[in-house]
Amino acid sequence: MSEPASSVRTVVVVGSSVGGVRTAQALRSEGFGGRVVLVGDEARLPYDKPPLSKQFLAGSWGTERVALLTEATADQAGIELRLGVAAERLDVAGRQVVLADGQRLDYDAVVIATGAAARPSPWAARSGVHVVRTMSDSESLQADLRRDDHVVVVGGGFIGAEVAATARSLGREVTVVDPLPVPIGRVVGAAVGSHFAELHRRHGVATRFGTGVESVEGEAGNLRVVLTDGTELTAGTVVVGIGATPNDGWLADSGLLVENGVVCDEFCRAVDAPAVHAVGDVARWFHPDRGEHIRVEHWTNAVDQAVCVAHNIAHPDDLRADRPVEYVWSDQYDWTIQIVGRPHRATEHHLVGDPAADRPRFAALYRGADGQLIAAVTVNWPKALVTCRRLVAAGSTFAAAVTQVEALAAAPARTAGAPA
Amino acid sequence: MPVLKADFEACQGYGNCITGAPDAYDIDDDGVVVLLKQEITDEERPRIEEAARSCPVSALTVEDS
Repeated sequence: MSEPASSVRTVVVVGSSVGGVRTAQALRSEGFGGRVVLVGDEARLPYDKPPLSKQFLAGSWGTERVALLTEATADQAGIELRLGVAAERLDVAGRQVVLADGQRLDYDAVVIATGAAARPSPWAARSGVHVVRTMSDSESLQADLRRDDHVVVVGGGFIGAEVAATARSLGREVTVVDPLPVPIGRVVGAAVGSHFAELHRRHGVATRFGTGVESVEGEAGNLRVVLTDGTELTAGTVVVGIGATPNDGWLADSGLLVENGVVCDEFCRAVDAPAVHAVGDVARWFHPDRGEHIRVEHWTNAVDQAVCVAHNIAHPDDLRADRPVEYVWSDQYDWTIQIVGRPHRATEHHLVGDPAADRPRFAALYRGADGQLIAAVTVNWPKALVTCRRLVAAGSTFAAAVTQVEALAAAPARTAGAPA
Repeated sequence: MPVLKADFEACQGYGNCITGAPDAYDIDDDGVVVLLKQEITDEERPRIEEAARSCPVSALTVEDS
């Protein structure tokens, strides 16, 4: 049942997180009948990462709840698993993936889905300093969070804010430190971002925004964090959430163009090797609507790209360009935050609803320079998010979008303000 | 014909399904997924199955009837 349009018989997918797993599955949905091999450096079965800073870290979800693929579902879909062995090199001319154990996997098409790694802590303490990227990271942090002592989170972005919220829900005293005065302001703008800073304080989490970290010393249970303004914080546990870097080092001698990710065309094929594809955090592809190469570290981007790449491998005479509108969500305390588009490019924004309300439901709509709706941030209001996601994709005017979302707000919601 | 299933308790209103298959999924005022049809054709199955798989909490499935 191999697709007649494709001469591809074997696809090797390198990376067993959501981008890789969804690519393997989508190849079958797209009717690809050849061999699919999924390579992953972790020995664990593929798991999903968003819960690692939230439900999994809190201990309310176990490993089965975050599984992306079991042996049975892999078998059913005809996906061969090669887990616990990293890909070490890519031989583009020979069309082989070289594994760390010396084995070589032949491919007709390869998908690079090796993701990104947490930027390591630049501050070296003997122990007790964590990053959160893998399941092992989350497990080891979870163990330290059982101790009732002060937690200092360095980095006020999504991961840092989610970890702070989880640690707080476990009863810990928490302080979030970030050199930016409004950390999430980079994404949503300073005005809207100030409500996110307030969210921490409302839940009893201290913030030291606008202050950097000078040093972290000591060991788990007894750490000393010195800030750039000279303040010293004592902590039992420190969590560092200061971004991620693409896992593209193993491609250094492949001859592929690698510059902050694998550089790809609009079809997510490596620019100089059309049998090589990339998805997710490690892909820097040409977004046709942007007119530039971009790299996006969002879950939904990896999943969408997986479908696009699977389609392009299974149907090479019907190539589809990947042109998504960015979408990301974050769950912090009692807020479900959803962001569509690129708010930081806006010239002005309009608020619908009151962010200062107790467990609010609100939306911020963002206007681009040419009068279009270019982005929206919603809190506890999925209906408004879905509406804005459609409007941004359709190129709606800002004015029309504001009218539509205000009409939504006026409609009686049956359980407005109730937990989602 | 393939059948659409949803776990309405699990749904968190992330909305990815609607972007992938707006003819099959929508959202209500409470932020919970709405199935716009029960049965789908084999032709539309790949696209709708991929949309179902884009759910961050795995609330959606396409099953053989």
